[in-house]
Amino acid sequence: MARHVSNSRKAVVTALAWGIGLLIFFPILWTILTSFKTEGEAINSHPSFLFFDWTLENYHTVNERSDYLGHFWNSVVIAVGSTLVGLLIAIPAAWSMAFVPGKRTKDLLMWMLSTKMMPAVGVLVPIYLLARDTGLLDTKLGLVIVLTLVNLPIIVWMLYTYFKEIPGEILEAARMDGASLGSEILYVLTPMAVPGIASTLLLNVILAWNESFWTLNLTAANSAPLTAFIASYSSPEGLFYAKLSAASTMAIAPILILGWFSQKQLVRGLTFGAVK
Amino acid sequence: MGEIVLSDVRKSFGGVSIIQGIDLTIKDGEFVVFVGPSGCGKSTLLRLIAGLEDTTDGIIAIDGRDATRLPPARRGLAMVFQSYALYPHMSVRKNIAFPLRMAGMPAAEQDRKVEAAAKVLNLTPYLDRRPSQLSGGQRQRVAIGRAIVREPSAFLFDEPLSNLDAALRVSMRQEISELHQSLKTTMIYVTHDQVEAMTMADKIVVLNAGRIEQVGSPLELYKTPANLFVAGFIGSPKMNFIEGAEAAKHGAHTLGVRPEHIAIAADGPWKGVVGISEHLGSDTFLKVQVDGMGPLTVRAGGEVELHYGDAVSLAAQPGKLHRFDAAGHTLSA
Repeated sequence: MARHVSNSRKAVVTALAWGIGLLIFFPILWTILTSFKTEGEAINSHPSFLFFDWTLENYHTVNERSDYLGHFWNSVVIAVGSTLVGLLIAIPAAWSMAFVPGKRTKDLLMWMLSTKMMPAVGVLVPIYLLARDTGLLDTKLGLVIVLTLVNLPIIVWMLYTYFKEIPGEILEAARMDGASLGSEILYVLTPMAVPGIASTLLLNVILAWNESFWTLNLTAANSAPLTAFIASYSSPEGLFYAKLSAASTMAIAPILILGWFSQKQLVRGLTFGAVK
Repeated sequence: MGEIVLSDVRKSFGGVSIIQGIDLTIKDGEFVVFVGPSGCGKSTLLRLIAGLEDTTDGIIAIDGRDATRLPPARRGLAMVFQSYALYPHMSVRKNIAFPLRMAGMPAAEQDRKVEAAAKVLNLTPYLDRRPSQLSGGQRQRVAIGRAIVREPSAFLFDEPLSNLDAALRVSMRQEISELHQSLKTTMIYVTHDQVEAMTMADKIVVLNAGRIEQVGSPLELYKTPANLFVAGFIGSPKMNFIEGAEAAKHGAHTLGVRPEHIAIAADGPWKGVVGISEHLGSDTFLKVQVDGMGPLTVRAGGEVELHYGDAVSLAAQPGKLHRFDAAGHTLSA
C-alpha cells in the first residue's frame, strides 16, 4: 500500500532538498559569479551578489596568459585514458572476483580499498623518483599510468558490485553454448553490465579530471592538465580571485556539462541493483 | 550419439562430500531422470556431467571419450537451466543463434537453423522480441530452442519446469517428451517432482545423500522398490508404512502398502475410523485411523461417500504388500 504523504510534508521535504542542493551548489555559483567581476569587486568586503559590472576581462586575460586548449586536451587524454586502461584491467578482475571467488577475495577487495585510505603524499617521493628515472615525469603517459593505478581500486569495486547482480547461470549458459572465456566476457557479461560500466566510466572520468595531487606534482609545462592551469592562478602573494575564478570556471565547465547530460545514467548506475 | 558413462564419480566442496561414488551408464537416446529430495546432489551430479563443476574423483566418459577434464564448451552437451538463463540483452533470434555464432557458423546457415527451431517450438512470431517480453512458458521454449540448434549429443535439464504454474508444467512436460520422441537424443532431466520423473523417464535414478538408491524404469521402481527410501519417494500419495505387531506378523520390520492397494472391504482385517477425506472427483483420498496401526492413506473410488468419523474396514490387495528389514532394505517375497 502506498504510504500517505500530506501536501505540507511534501512541501517541507521539497524545500529542504532545494536548500541542501543550493548549499552544495553555492560555492560553484559564487566562483562563476566572481569570474565576471573585476579584481577589485572580487575582494570587496561587501560583495554584491548579482548587481555588479559584469565583465569578460578575466576570461580575456586568462586566455592570453595561458593555453587553455592545451591544458584541456591534456585533461581529456589523462582522464579518459586512465579510465579506459583502468576498465580494461578491472573488467576481468571484477569478473573473477564476482564469479569465481576464492577464500581471500573479500580480503583482497578490502586490501585494494585500503590503499585509498593512505594519504597519497606518503608515496609521493618513490613515485616521483620512479617517474623521473623512467622519463615519465611531465608526460601524459606517466599521468595516465599513475591515475589508472590510483583509481583502479574504485573501478574494480564498482564493477564488482554490478557484476554480483548478474545471475551466474547466464554466464554458465554461455559456457555451455560454447563461448570461450573471452567471448563470455565480451558478448554476455559486458553488454549486460553496460549501465554499471557506463556509470563507473563517468564517475572515474570525473575523479580523474579533478585529481590534483598527482597532476600538480608530476607535471610542469608539457602535460599539465586543467588542475595545473587553475593552480597557476593561485599565487602566494596577492591572490587574483577573479582570474582564479575564471580559470576554475573554464576548468570545471566541460565536466559539469558532461555530468549534466549523463546524470540519469550516473544515478541509475550508482543505485544499480539497490532496487529491482 | 550420446552415451554417458560415470565411473565412481565423486565431488566434495571444501571437505564435505556431496557426491559419494556414482556409477551409472546412460545409453544413447535414453531419457534419464535424476530424482531425489532437495540437497541429495542431483543438480550437482548434472553440473558435473555438464562440466560446470570440477569432478573431485572418478571418470565421466561421453561417447567413449574421457571428458572429465574437458571444459563445458567441448563436451558437446546442451543445458536448459531452471531460471532459463536467457541473454536479456539479445532478441529471441540472437539467443537461439548464440551457440551457432560461437561455433563460427556462417550467418545464413545460422538463420536457417534458428527459423527451423523456432518453427518446431512455435516461437516464430516472437523471434524479434526480448526475453523480458515473453511469458514463462515462451522463455522456457527459447531456452530449449537454444539447446536444440546445436544438435548436441545430449540435453541436460536442471529442474526446467519448477518456475512454471501447474497447468503450464503439465503441457511443457508433454512437449519435452514429444521433443525426445522426435529427436531421439539422450536427455538427462533433474527434478524433485516424482510425478515428472514417472511420466517422462525411460529410466529413473533415485538419489539420496549423494548416493544412488535405485535405478530402473518407472514401473520397476513402483513395483519393486529396493528400499524404504525409494518406496516412500516414488508414488503419489506416498506409500503407507506400518511397523510393530502387524509388520511382525508378515515377518518384516516395516510393512509397506500403497494407498491404491488398499480396498474397503466389509470383512477387512483392519478396522478404523475415517479422518480427513479428499474428494477429487476421479478419486477419493481417505485418511483412516486404524486401530493399533496408526493412520493409513487409502485411495478409494471417486464416488465413495465416506466422511469424517465413519467406521470402515480395510484389506490390502493380495500380493501388494512390501516388506522391509530393520535397515530399510526390501525383503524378497
